[in-house]
Amino acid sequence: MSSHLHSVLREQVLEAAAHGRTLRPHGSGSKDFLAQALSGTPLDMRGAQGVIAYEPSELFITAHAGTRLADIESLLAAHNQMLAFEPPHLGPHATLGGALATGLSGPRRMAAGSLRDFVLGVTLMDGQGRVLRFGGQVMKNVAGFDVSRLIAGSFGTLGLILEVTLKVLPRPPAEQTRVLALDEAHALSTLREWGAQPLPLSATLWHDGRLAVRLSGAEPALAAAVRIIGGEPLAADDAAALWQSVREQRHPFFAGDAPLWRVALPPMAPALALEGRPLVEWNGLQRWLRSDIDADALRHAVRALGGHATLFRGGRAVDRALGVFEPLAPEVMAVHRRLKQAFDPSGVFSPGRLYAEL
Amino acid sequence: MSALPQAHEAASPTPEVRTDRAALIAELSRVLPEDCLIADSGRLRAYECDGLMLVREMPLAVALPTTEAQVVAVLRTCHRLGVPVVPRGAGTGLSGGATPHRQGIVLSTARLNRIVSVDRLAQQAVVQPGVRNLAVSEAAAPYGLYYAPDPSSQIACSIGGNVAENSGGVHCLKYGLTVHNVLRVRMANMAGEVMEIGSAAPDSAGYDLLAVTIGSEGLLGVVTEVTVKLVPKPRVARCVLAAFADIRKAGQAVADVIAAGIIPAGLEMMDQATTAAVEQFVHAGYPLDAAAILLCESDGTEEEVQDEIARVRVLLEAAGATEIRISTDEAERLRFWAGRKAAFPAAGRIAPDYYCMDGTIPRQRLADMLEAMDGMAKKYDLGLLNVFHAGDGNLHPLILFDSNDPDSVRRAEAFGVDILELSVELGGTITGEHGVGLEKINQMCSQFGADELDMFHRVKAAFDPAGLMNPGKAVPTLHRCAEMGRMHVHHGELPHPDLPRF
Repeated sequence: MSSHLHSVLREQVLEAAAHGRTLRPHGSGSKDFLAQALSGTPLDMRGAQGVIAYEPSELFITAHAGTRLADIESLLAAHNQMLAFEPPHLGPHATLGGALATGLSGPRRMAAGSLRDFVLGVTLMDGQGRVLRFGGQVMKNVAGFDVSRLIAGSFGTLGLILEVTLKVLPRPPAEQTRVLALDEAHALSTLREWGAQPLPLSATLWHDGRLAVRLSGAEPALAAAVRIIGGEPLAADDAAALWQSVREQRHPFFAGDAPLWRVALPPMAPALALEGRPLVEWNGLQRWLRSDIDADALRHAVRALGGHATLFRGGRAVDRALGVFEPLAPEVMAVHRRLKQAFDPSGVFSPGRLYAEL
Repeated sequence: MSALPQAHEAASPTPEVRTDRAALIAELSRVLPEDCLIADSGRLRAYECDGLMLVREMPLAVALPTTEAQVVAVLRTCHRLGVPVVPRGAGTGLSGGATPHRQGIVLSTARLNRIVSVDRLAQQAVVQPGVRNLAVSEAAAPYGLYYAPDPSSQIACSIGGNVAENSGGVHCLKYGLTVHNVLRVRMANMAGEVMEIGSAAPDSAGYDLLAVTIGSEGLLGVVTEVTVKLVPKPRVARCVLAAFADIRKAGQAVADVIAAGIIPAGLEMMDQATTAAVEQFVHAGYPLDAAAILLCESDGTEEEVQDEIARVRVLLEAAGATEIRISTDEAERLRFWAGRKAAFPAAGRIAPDYYCMDGTIPRQRLADMLEAMDGMAKKYDLGLLNVFHAGDGNLHPLILFDSNDPDSVRRAEAFGVDILELSVELGGTITGEHGVGLEKINQMCSQFGADELDMFHRVKAAFDPAGLMNPGKAVPTLHRCAEMGRMHVHHGELPHPDLPRF
């Protein structure tokens, strides 16, 4: 299946390169709203689906890029394993390739690590139609540059993602969610204090005066942690629904048309003194903001705190056109352009999706 | 004390350059204080090799900058003059990543050795690249925090070198490699431009340049500052020592532990020959009649550790362990580990020289690999000690040889090549954590096809268009692979068919 598909894809890539046309690889379209406007002839990457290799005791899974994330996660669940970075699907048919291309991580990221931390290998078709294999299926591999992780979050601008290998982890033996009434400043300082102690925190969420904390681990460890953390328990079903609603942005906070900003901040950043409604995740490192604030003013304030802001959803067309991502320093952009040139010399793949210059 | 397979010829300078040494030194003297520049051959001698001691090359000069501004000035000077630069941390690397270039300089980051800040609540430290790995954990200890990656050389190796090699350690199964624990670097490229890569925030905009930078073996730039993640010290750590009469059973026990959903803090294996060698050295009381022993560490809260150890014990017994000991106090835990950590010096006591390999294989092939290496040891008539990070399939076989006997050196080299190539064949990699450097550059031709190698060269050029940063390391030229006749046949096609064959 692969080699036939590869030759079909190669033909399209070479054809586009030869005629100065562009292609836009896509999966189910669940994350089409992200990043800059779409451009290029759509190229459906769901021609190859399915798991290629899965060895529970080796802690990895390899699958075609078109495989549904939901299918991967239910297979893992059957073996009591998981994608520990809890990728947001943002749609029922979200694919593995789309998850890698957008690089998003969910609530457990604060404890387990981000999607890129779990990438072990990638098979990619570059702009010359070459099928390249980077990384592999083993946890430790330092042969050659770590190109697999470079592809995470590249929004399809470096090549066609064909196959992906991810590290998987066992599901925690037990979980419990506690809820405390705290204002934002106290929630942030409390989370920092807990973070510096060996506590089994696996997700945190502050919104509207309420801090929810998920604990994951062995039962006795959870019981010990609860004695330190306090708060009220949330029923297991309600807790699962809460974390799922944040992961999938179905929490009421995410409803409505107000522009949605994602702000990534260093650990010591205080509560944002910006107009709008906040929702805080990852011990304060990821903040969501519904706000009509001027984009420049927001970026300026966030940069002053050592972070960066993304116009995640909605917003004024003029702000989106100026760029939804933080502008890059000139010397960093220069490396980006040369990398784009290295992978995609004719500029075939999703031009402008990440930055106008790429 | 290690040999170098086929890389004696590997140090050929790429690109071909001829440097006017006097002019270079005059220019460098203008940007560096006198005590930060070494040019006399007696003192240069100390830099002729890194931990890969059988490859030696004299650099034209060594720069020891004490500030980022000096690093930038040195790089600009070399860039302008077209002089290759070899970055060097503590010089403990095992793969020749810091072997000098005969037409270039060595840029040592050893004097950029300041711990800039340690922040308990942020759980981060900012350090200069010359800070030793262990010094970071020592500085964080008063806050109940530590820096998780702990390569065996952690007393001496530097953070800058760890970034270059993506170093691991015995705890990386649970806590990750350097790439999982470094959040940000400042890096000067060959042109002397300083880039902020990564961030103290959880991510940064654009491509993940941090991922490419970590493990780039000094080919992309010189790191001038590093922000690392610190993690809370577990309240308790306890170690289980299990003996097995059959090495295959020990390998199966490793798979059983992982399959049961347990990620131990460390999971290490030693074979009988190693156990015997280290026991003479550390007197840890290891069972000497066992074919293999496993060390399995559990850390966390008292409750977690008790729970995990109980589950591990059941699994090890079911897998056929002949003896199980559980450390009862910190002194005993450290004694269990003492032998594992002393494997290298112990090898140095029983043989004139040893050569440490670094392949990684899928865990389930462990027993196959061990049997194959047993056969190789007989074929090459050389001793072999097997220690490995069993939990992640990273092997460190120590080939015992005598560097005064050319035939023994030749056999050791061939033995090493066989191990690396079998690692690739079994679905693994030629290097898990030591890097390619010069040592394994030929085996890159086995692991990767011409197209991937071409892309690696392109990635390097994106950071270093002049090709002057640590040239000739880590990624072989396609021509070299063709000459080696060691080609990875990619998708059934013969790679680089345009090149002449010999």
